[in-house]
Amino acid sequence: METLKVEVWRGGAEGAYQRFEVPRRESQTVLDVVTYIQRFVDSTLAYRFACRVGMCGSCAMTVNGVPRWTCRTHVDKVAREGSLTLAPLANMPVVRDLVADMREFFDKWGRARGQFSPTRTRHQEFAKVDPRTPERREADAAIECIGCGVCYAACDVVKWNREYLGPAALNRAWTLQNDVRDGARHERLDAVSGDAGCHSCHTHMSCTEFCPKHLSPTRSIAGLKRESLWSLLHARGGKP
Amino acid sequence: MRDARAELFLWAAQRVTAAFLAVFVLVHLATIVYAVRGGLTAAEILARTHSSLAIPIFYAVFVLAASIHGAIGLRNIAAEWLGWRGASANAAVSLAGLALLALGLRAVLAVSA
Repeated sequence: METLKVEVWRGGAEGAYQRFEVPRRESQTVLDVVTYIQRFVDSTLAYRFACRVGMCGSCAMTVNGVPRWTCRTHVDKVAREGSLTLAPLANMPVVRDLVADMREFFDKWGRARGQFSPTRTRHQEFAKVDPRTPERREADAAIECIGCGVCYAACDVVKWNREYLGPAALNRAWTLQNDVRDGARHERLDAVSGDAGCHSCHTHMSCTEFCPKHLSPTRSIAGLKRESLWSLLHARGGKP
Repeated sequence: MRDARAELFLWAAQRVTAAFLAVFVLVHLATIVYAVRGGLTAAEILARTHSSLAIPIFYAVFVLAASIHGAIGLRNIAAEWLGWRGASANAAVSLAGLALLALGLRAVLAVSA
């Protein structure tokens, strides 16, 4: 039977790769490979997954040096000469084995004011938002993020500056800046400005290159830069 | 929040000076190409720079834009490549910017009438 040679990171920040042999199957995903190891070879292997169908954003790992969602990544596409190297996501602390600590990643969504700030109460009329308006189109183009952390792991600026909010948090902020129901756009623009914010982006576009949902955080970050420039020219005027 | 506004201002200043520099460099290069066609002498250059006030003003603004742009760029490099941030980094790059400005303006003054 054809087998796959798999190097898997074991341990925390300090650790080493361990070699496993896994039977090769048709239409096998990288997550299938990890699950096989955990079920049939070494039950102490730690990894994270939930939905297995590309919705939840739990199973991202570094596969042959590249961040990927493993449940939708076929071994056929990524194996190099019948071998795979698996590690936890980069730019995040390692909990154990293939599990990265995503707390900092999600805390930054909060710091980028990724929370919706309502302007109406439940006693008022529903807001009617026309999907054809330019604002709603901008928001819709960026809204499908599943929070997998692939963009964050791929980002050079995060590597250089641990405070940098990162592509996913800034992308989230951009969707809210384009939400006509939101009431905290000035505050959010302040939150995403500065050394840790959108102005530090170098437009390397690694986030856009690797986003499994084919979103473009680079575009969202450029939008935030543009909007902040307008706010400077209009002295707190917000959108022109 | 004040910090965020200050950072935003520096970011915008670097973009605006970059836009100026793009034009200045093109005008500067075009002038050089035009000026050296008949050979190059110090007397000829000085005759041209003395001929009008527009030339020293052009180069004074050029120098100002370059020193602002360069100082902010150095600040970013210090922060990202050396992890050097804060008051000491700001002081160092301000000094570098002022030095560039002084050197440049000295050269502009030297060729002005």
